[in-house]
Amino acid sequence: MTSRQLISVAGLAALALVAAASLTLAWRSTADDIAINERNFRLRALNEIVPPARYDNDLFDDTTTALDPELLGTGEPVTVYRARRDGQPVAVIFRVVAPRGYSGAIELLVGINFDGSVAGVRVSEHRETAGLGDQIEGGESDWIFGFTGRSLANPPEPGWAVQKDGGVFDQFTGATITPRAVVKAVRNALLYFSANRDELFAQDSPAAS
Amino acid sequence: MTPYSDIASNALWRNNAGFVQLLGLCPLLAVTTTLVDGLGLGIATTVVLLLSNVIASLLRPLLRPETRIAIFLVVIASLVTVVDLYMRARFFDLHRSLGIFVPLIATNCAILARAEVFASKHDPLRAAADGLLTGIGFAAALIAVGAIREVAGQGTLFAGADRLFGSAAGSLGLRVFDGGFLVAALPAGAFLTVGLLIALQNALGARKAPITVAGPAES
Repeated sequence: MTSRQLISVAGLAALALVAAASLTLAWRSTADDIAINERNFRLRALNEIVPPARYDNDLFDDTTTALDPELLGTGEPVTVYRARRDGQPVAVIFRVVAPRGYSGAIELLVGINFDGSVAGVRVSEHRETAGLGDQIEGGESDWIFGFTGRSLANPPEPGWAVQKDGGVFDQFTGATITPRAVVKAVRNALLYFSANRDELFAQDSPAAS
Repeated sequence: MTPYSDIASNALWRNNAGFVQLLGLCPLLAVTTTLVDGLGLGIATTVVLLLSNVIASLLRPLLRPETRIAIFLVVIASLVTVVDLYMRARFFDLHRSLGIFVPLIATNCAILARAEVFASKHDPLRAAADGLLTGIGFAAALIAVGAIREVAGQGTLFAGADRLFGSAAGSLGLRVFDGGFLVAALPAGAFLTVGLLIALQNALGARKAPITVAGPAES
């Protein structure tokens, strides 16, 4: 290696060091704010489903995990947030995946009250067609709010389907696959909850320890 | 030395990064569903361009043919990471709606091109002017496409301004008309809008001057 090449390499290495130091500094000075923002963002999503007036515990400190690839749509353990008031169970909120959307998986945040009724459903992640399938988003249409108050008995089977399949839920013009997937995922979440309710509320929270 | 007036006319109009050089086409098409998104990414890109040009110019003594590109990449990638972190700390909601396109500023060819073609051959002040004005030219393209698509696609203008300017600006959003034409919000609408704006710029005579990606030839 010639001395000229050595100088170029040394220059690049020195610059990389300066860059690494600057990045560390930038990360340190923003990490706290970013953590707060992300926490608030997640809390806002949870509070849309179960308003803060209904519970008095810290949702992020009172969690458990659920694992049921068939009903929850994912092979990964799912975090379950538990809302309580005066120590009494109020509702759970957890993320489920509707695997058969029109373009891939749809992620939903589902809240279920202790009595088995739906506290609320929101779409957190999807790649459905804009203007058609994306009406499952709360900001695009009121469709997703139609689940609130429903339960396994309301409507009774076979009502848990889109109207085209003989159920009570609207489909969208030009988009049946998307709402069909969401309806099925919400129903599966309710099935999971009804089978596991007491365990879900009884398990110790790993976050609290 | 390139006179400032040439820097300005090239950056803003004759060699506009968005409409003439078609660099950064991916963000220009992808994030311009609303004016505020376009503006937010435009500002972020401008900040990166300005700083990367100044640093590239200051590093001129260090630049060697074999490491030059690597040095630019280190500088640009670091700057983009800092901007990304800062936006997540201060403009969290805007950052969420821009998504992957903030980190992807690093891959915007306009930034590497300005460092390589201009900043590495000019003093820091001219490099700063070039970076700032190129950024503003690109931001103007993003804003124009974003505004047209927002009005046509959603019937609103400046909706979501609070994500950029704080909650006081939330009421700045205008509803121009109800409804909107879906196609404008879809990717096809992005291509159509960009194509029409390029045609408009051509009609206004921008292409009378010979086009060089490098800007005016250096003597």
